[in-house]
Amino acid sequence: MYPRTLHQPDQPILDVLHLSVSYEGREALENITFHLHAGERVAVVGPNGAGKSTLFKVVAGVLPPTSGEVKISGYGPRGHICIAYVPQRSQVDWRFPASVADVVMMGRIRQVGFFRWPHRADWDTVHAALEAVDMNSMANRQIGELSGGQQQRTFLARALAQEAELVLLDEPLNGLDTPSQEAILSLLDKLRQQKITVMVATHDLGQAASRFDRVMLLNHQLVRFGSPQDVLTSENLLRAYGGHAQLIRGADGTTTLADSCCDGEEEHE
Amino acid sequence: MNNLFNIFLQPFSYDFMLRGLAASVIVGVVCAVVGVYVVLRGMAFFGDALAHAVLPGVALGYLLSGGSRDTLFWWALGAAVLVALAVGRISKHAEIREDTAIGILFASMFALGIALISTVRSYSVDLSHFLFGNVLGVSTRDLVLTSVFGGVVLLTIFLFYKEFLVLSFDPVLAATLRLPSGLLNNILLVLMALTVSVAMQTVGVALMVAMLVTPAASASLLTRRLWQGMLVSAAIGAFSAVTGLYLSYYFNIVSGSAIVLTATAIFLLVFLFQPRRGLVWKKR
Repeated sequence: MYPRTLHQPDQPILDVLHLSVSYEGREALENITFHLHAGERVAVVGPNGAGKSTLFKVVAGVLPPTSGEVKISGYGPRGHICIAYVPQRSQVDWRFPASVADVVMMGRIRQVGFFRWPHRADWDTVHAALEAVDMNSMANRQIGELSGGQQQRTFLARALAQEAELVLLDEPLNGLDTPSQEAILSLLDKLRQQKITVMVATHDLGQAASRFDRVMLLNHQLVRFGSPQDVLTSENLLRAYGGHAQLIRGADGTTTLADSCCDGEEEHE
Repeated sequence: MNNLFNIFLQPFSYDFMLRGLAASVIVGVVCAVVGVYVVLRGMAFFGDALAHAVLPGVALGYLLSGGSRDTLFWWALGAAVLVALAVGRISKHAEIREDTAIGILFASMFALGIALISTVRSYSVDLSHFLFGNVLGVSTRDLVLTSVFGGVVLLTIFLFYKEFLVLSFDPVLAATLRLPSGLLNNILLVLMALTVSVAMQTVGVALMVAMLVTPAASASLLTRRLWQGMLVSAAIGAFSAVTGLYLSYYFNIVSGSAIVLTATAIFLLVFLFQPRRGLVWKKR
């Protein structure tokens, strides 16, 4: 009943070519080109309003690009249901009358199909996904009763139930305490074992450097994309963050960045 | 004992009261279920506007048919679907804010409707029927139309339950799952239009928004899942319809307002006494 789009196995899972997006005459993204292979884990960093959310929405096929193209496994974004977008927690209506299991099942409705109700097998998939994120005991809770980390894990379970191959997480670590952040990061390790490609928008340059294969530094344009050592240099960071950046060189030679403007939410649209 | 039975049964010894009861219960249930989406998606103002905007359509039908009521349902239906889809489009390509657009459309359509009806001599009686409903004037034909279209609305909500759930909770997920969001949104708008046309006869356009919003708001305070909310809301809607009709019969109150006031009383009770979160428990 749903259209399925083929994947070419030898193609990169995500291929972005000369992508530009503008809203109301303002350029949000300019001429972005990069590609990702299956199982890669990429941190997307940049100041507020740099276009991180916009990039994710275009890759997810939610926003149309103004020019350029996005290819998923060699094909255009139409018809793909293998991309999961995990929104910022502030973008979700947590009072909505849905249980944790309901939210995870939402990821599967295309596999269930129009005019059908979820089968036993679909509920099994939902509970397996909840088990994978250690949330099965919470399955019947209303989503507003969860802690921030649990809410984030619920949405990761939804991506698993969707059988997503490319997962985009928008600021998933924002406002979480350290143990919750660690729980999310170790879940991302599990996803890597399943060859699931992950893009994470983050403000934490330390985590970007230590926990990700590659880092994308974004400020409307692609400032730099590569290994953390190549990308997170003081020179590149100043180019991306301009006057907002305060670089702090640690005793062990690492660079951390205090971003004076970034404790709030990223601005959208 | 016999006396008590009489109080409950006596009103319905008349056929027109029975038809009125059946129509009110169907309308109460359909409004309450659709109302769950209205409340969740913050469309109360839209629902109010839609109900008022039906008036010129009805008035036109009334004038063209020379005062006959037989075709009024279809005129209301046509007007409601037209307005619902028009507002859906306006809000998509908005140059002005959506609530402003609705405000302009709502008041002007309502004014046009009143202007049209005021050209007829018996205008005040007819107008009050359109505004506040006329439960005692439900014909067998009206009852059949109410049942068929009410059934269509409930069946559609049942069939698209999970798609509407996703669309209401997370439009971005709907887009990444490549659901036909535009089409589903329009289906939801048409369902609201059908509901408004069906409810016009019993509650009238002026109080319609209360039937859409009040039972659903009570249910949202009592439940944590969408389908539970729909069942509870439907039960409150049906109960309000029956109770309202009794009040209307014994105290000679206009039926539409009796039904709405009953629903409001239930909401106040729920608001004050709901388990754990109610205002009464918080005070302690």
